[in-house]
Amino acid sequence: MMLIACPHCGPRAHVEFSYARTMDAVLPLDATPAEASHILYQRENPRGPSDELWRHTFGCGSWLRVRRNTATHELIEVAPWPPAKAAP
Amino acid sequence: MNAPHRTPAGGLIDRGHTVGFTFDGRRLSGHPGDTLASALLANGVRLMGRGFKYHRPRGVLGVGVEEPNALVGVGAGGRLEPNTRATDIFLYDGLTAVSQNRWPSLNLDVGAVNQWIAPFIPAGFYYKTFFGGPRLWMFYEHFIRRAAGLGVAPTQPEVDAFDHRAAFCDVLVVGAGPAGLAAAAAAAGAGAKVILVEQDERVGGALMRDPAEIDGRDGLDWATDVAGLVRERGGRLLTRATASGFHDHGLVTVVERLAEAGETPRGGVAQRLWHVRARRVVLAQGAIERPLLFSGNDRPGVMLASAARAYVARYGARPGGRAVVAGCDDHVYLTALALADAGVEIAAAIDSRDAAGGPLAQAARARFDCHANASVTAARGGRHVTGATIAAEARAFDVDCDLIAMSGGQTPAVHLHMQAGGALDWDEAAGAFNPTAPRQHQISAGAGAGVHGLAAVLADGWRAGGAAAAALGFSPHGASPTSTGDSRMAPAVSGAAYALPAGANPKSAFIDFQNDVTAADVDLAWREGYRSVEHLKRYTTLGMASDQGKTSNLTGLARMAAALGKTPPEVGLTTFRPPYTPVTFAALAGAAVGDHVAPNRRLALHDAHVEAGTVWQPSGYWRRPRAYPRPGESLADAALREARGVRQGVGFVDVSTLGKFEIAGPDAAAFLELVCATGVARLAVGRGRYTIMLREDGVVADDGTVWRLAEDRFLMTSSTGGADTMAAHLSYVRRVLAPDLRVMATAVQERWTSIAVAGPRARDLLAALIEAPPPAHMSAAGARIAGEDILLLGASYSGERAFEVYAPALAATPVWRAIAEVVRAAGGAPYGLDAMELLRIEKGHIVTGAEVDGRTSPHDLGLSKMPRKRGYVGWAALQRPDFQRPDRPRLVGLEALDGVLPEGAMILPRAGAAPEGHVSSAGRRVLGEGAIGLGLIKGGPDRLGEVLIAASPTRGLRGRVRLTVPMFHDPEGTRYRD
Repeated sequence: MMLIACPHCGPRAHVEFSYARTMDAVLPLDATPAEASHILYQRENPRGPSDELWRHTFGCGSWLRVRRNTATHELIEVAPWPPAKAAP
Repeated sequence: MNAPHRTPAGGLIDRGHTVGFTFDGRRLSGHPGDTLASALLANGVRLMGRGFKYHRPRGVLGVGVEEPNALVGVGAGGRLEPNTRATDIFLYDGLTAVSQNRWPSLNLDVGAVNQWIAPFIPAGFYYKTFFGGPRLWMFYEHFIRRAAGLGVAPTQPEVDAFDHRAAFCDVLVVGAGPAGLAAAAAAAGAGAKVILVEQDERVGGALMRDPAEIDGRDGLDWATDVAGLVRERGGRLLTRATASGFHDHGLVTVVERLAEAGETPRGGVAQRLWHVRARRVVLAQGAIERPLLFSGNDRPGVMLASAARAYVARYGARPGGRAVVAGCDDHVYLTALALADAGVEIAAAIDSRDAAGGPLAQAARARFDCHANASVTAARGGRHVTGATIAAEARAFDVDCDLIAMSGGQTPAVHLHMQAGGALDWDEAAGAFNPTAPRQHQISAGAGAGVHGLAAVLADGWRAGGAAAAALGFSPHGASPTSTGDSRMAPAVSGAAYALPAGANPKSAFIDFQNDVTAADVDLAWREGYRSVEHLKRYTTLGMASDQGKTSNLTGLARMAAALGKTPPEVGLTTFRPPYTPVTFAALAGAAVGDHVAPNRRLALHDAHVEAGTVWQPSGYWRRPRAYPRPGESLADAALREARGVRQGVGFVDVSTLGKFEIAGPDAAAFLELVCATGVARLAVGRGRYTIMLREDGVVADDGTVWRLAEDRFLMTSSTGGADTMAAHLSYVRRVLAPDLRVMATAVQERWTSIAVAGPRARDLLAALIEAPPPAHMSAAGARIAGEDILLLGASYSGERAFEVYAPALAATPVWRAIAEVVRAAGGAPYGLDAMELLRIEKGHIVTGAEVDGRTSPHDLGLSKMPRKRGYVGWAALQRPDFQRPDRPRLVGLEALDGVLPEGAMILPRAGAAPEGHVSSAGRRVLGEGAIGLGLIKGGPDRLGEVLIAASPTRGLRGRVRLTVPMFHDPEGTRYRD
């Protein structure tokens, strides 16, 4: 049961979160049909650090980018997604 | 008066009280503190089970959870627990235990004939039965199936309560033997919050079988003091608590028994599953002794040396009267001395090493017949040991005995360390794997880390506990507990311990006692080409029984390694997985049983439906009205009556479970045009439309409606089953794909109750109810019913003129009642899901879960004209050439020609041919006769008029069907269009 440190709520058990997809599986709305096929069906599956999109569904509901080692489950980084814009 | 095999005094049992129990119907008694096994031994009962495959007589091998032989069924009814280790259950009054895997009795077991056919049933024989005729296989499979399995499964539901709890601590110490206690003392003393868990019912571990002095007093008194210290410092001690699994990020699951197997729990809760999140974990679970290999090493009376010592020292039970003690290190002499002091005659002490030095060996040589460079090659006897054949140097000789205590070395219990992702190191001298690099914050200590000798173990535990506390910023202080007396064991010779001695028969030298795997079986696996340790395990089933190879994995691995000419580390170990010992499902379920197995989502109108006499249909976590049968009506009759009522007059239905979303903001329309594949932006205020939403891969995810309530405010609906997915999807589009849009998307499913009123009379009735003209088809308007502000949508799912009434959920009942009154007065009635199905199938309406099944595109569903060209989720992938294939399964209507149209049936061009589609929805004509349905057939719309066969072999149904347009009622929609 992983412990994920939500930037807003602190460390919470991973049952509160939903894993959405890897970041490279985010299909932009303006992708062409060829790009769409590639992103949907030809993806890397790394054994090691992996950038993933999670959501704190049963907590604050925010989307998070989680860098996780798929072999050891070490959570290298947890940050809000999209990244906060720099203040003007 | 003592049972015949009790020692006269001593032990950790309460000799002042007795506890009555039964074993195989025989009434016996023991003392508080006894396990079932120790009480049986004290009563002279040595035959406790029958082997799994060969049904050989078996007694107890060990003294703890490593026990593979003495498995019994305990308790009755809802408390029945099969496969309980007799060594791991403490006596309570009324304990009822029954031996397993034997008929008619333990003493006379018909299954023993399996020993005569043993040559035909070695390891892996079952796989070989798959070669050959299937008919013959079906014959003997019947017998194999009856013979398989060990205990009897319970048939009654669990009667006790089970609990889950979470706990957090600085340092979790697993194991309250000397190492664990020393670690807990160091960590608690430094100020860390400590949780100490111990699977036994008391603390002390090895001190209970090998008494010693610690810090100048009795070791068990020291242990009690440490337990007190942990509590004083705000920590927690759990006994009868097994650390079952080491999961991610320091989460360790601990199964605590509050009642023994079969016992009525005092507080109602039988077991508690703790989820302990620890910042540091000290693993001090000790080591498990290995058996020796020799013929007949499974006979009752052959047991581990440490077990023999525990029975006499802790339980005051003599496991025999005359013993041969054999092994590969000083444990031989330690055991011989301990047994002799308890009144057991020592026939011989057999050491596989050269003549050993050291005080233990010397003390033993002074009292007993000791042999060096010697091994036991065979145990004589059937239902119990009667003697041993020994090979010493050049000669062989026989010795009479009724107990063989064997010590083949110590295997550190590294299970939790490995579950936590740790690494192992091979210790050649000890012949075992020791834990090395941890991956999480675990530290191993004591015998479980390969440290032996009490003084060293105490120091190692203290070091580990102090290191754990220091890593968290605490300051450990004080000195490690010490023990005087030379307790160091001279090192073992691992090779000799693993090898089968010359002259021993590999076919009766057991490695895995529970699954009846012999040395010959390991050799067979190697001969048949299985070299990997993972193959060895699965082919022979070594290590796959409920003991998970605690006394057998390493021995089997070493034999395979020797056959391969490799060392054990080169062969490697199989994967360690939780649970460490068997866990009952009830403990894992906790309180989530019965009504609490899943959340109950309750309709706001629940009570009104009960009042109306509904039959419920589970729909995800919801329960929805299926129909409202009248007395004497079947469900099918009720559904047909309700559907006819809608076609001919009026009916009303609760559709509150549909997904409902409020989309608001300046970019609301733009947002909806990302989510929906149809146009939305050009909807006028007060108008709505049907829409579909695609997945990113172009497949239809859901369908629903969109209504523009104001310039920048929309209401979107979607299916019940897809509501939660849609909510997540909206959040994903809003935040990840288009974060710059100025829009809010809110799930309002539970905020609104929606009631559809449908039928040719619906419009007039509603007009009277709201005292205004109801909205036109696909229009929205506000109104009032029963004093509540409601939203009225003109929408039809049934194919008749219909209106959906949206009322605030908290005020739903008066609105429902008001509608019910006018509808009933007009001769109408409420209808449920079954009637809705009949109505929508007649109109060819697709539904998520049947036609929208995660594979169909808009074109497949006959909705090619609906999607826009681009700019919505899924548009790009929809261009894939595969979606244009003409032979894709596509939507058609189906008309049964033989009165048979089973839902889910395959559709074949002719009998015996490959299927070309399936029946996605099945119903019947509402006002007419005949079964109709919808289906997805290859090239469907191009084959209208063809007659195919719908077949469901599992239900034994088949009939001809004709492909038609998916529309069976009012094709022009005149009944609801304006």
